[in-house]
Amino acid sequence: MKETDLHFFIDSTLNYFDEVTNDKAVTGIPYIKSDEPVVLDYTGIIGISGKRKGSIYITASTKMLKTMGKVILHTDDLSTDDIKDLIGEIANTISGNVRTAYGSDFMISVPVVVEGHARDISMPEDLQSFVIPITWNNFQSFLVVCLE
Amino acid sequence: MSDKVKLMIVDDSSIIRKLIRKYLDEYNMEIVGEASDGKAAVDLFKEKRPDIVTMDIVMPEMDGLSVIQEILKIDPDVKIIAVTALSDKSTGIQAIKLGAKSFVTKPFSPDKLQAAFAKLISN
Repeated sequence: MKETDLHFFIDSTLNYFDEVTNDKAVTGIPYIKSDEPVVLDYTGIIGISGKRKGSIYITASTKMLKTMGKVILHTDDLSTDDIKDLIGEIANTISGNVRTAYGSDFMISVPVVVEGHARDISMPEDLQSFVIPITWNNFQSFLVVCLE
Repeated sequence: MSDKVKLMIVDDSSIIRKLIRKYLDEYNMEIVGEASDGKAAVDLFKEKRPDIVTMDIVMPEMDGLSVIQEILKIDPDVKIIAVTALSDKSTGIQAIKLGAKSFVTKPFSPDKLQAAFAKLISN
């Protein structure tokens, strides 16, 4: 993975929050993921195949997702399924939007959602994973990108 | 007989289905059904015969591009808005070539979706 790859994901992430919530997110300095788990309450995972292979996930707190849901739908009435759906949709949209840069050979899976603090999310062991910290509305979340 | 436009929403995300409902609420239309995967969409289409369909592309069971082909065989006059996170030009071009009338990229603002919808109902 090159630095430009990370920029595509950062741009896609910032555009997502701006467009959907009308409120800008800020990304921190990306770092190489260590053995330390990077998992919050809900995690949306996308498998990547085609020209590039790997995996991407975004993980966020319940509070952040509930706040986002409220901003988007103007309701407090969000079920656990809605919250799981939202994190899956964020992962799907951020991954799908980088096809502007990578083209249609960048194939994305449907999202898989993990609920609760898993020990960690498994990524391909032979590849480095990069963590991009995201702050939106004072909430912290993380995008983890692992690409061939 | 109702003169409302009949809309069907196809997306595997319940949040997106709710958003589309909300953003198109101001139009004189009736949402006749929602489906969360491609196979269910084809079955629901046969039953409800909507005038307009918003169609997600990446879905379980059957993808949106295949569903577009299937439902156009059933009703060649149905108007389809492809709604997808796949932002590359070729996905949009493929959807249009298969018969979709419009293409909206996620994430979408109310304006973007409403513009696509308004264009179809004005035709």
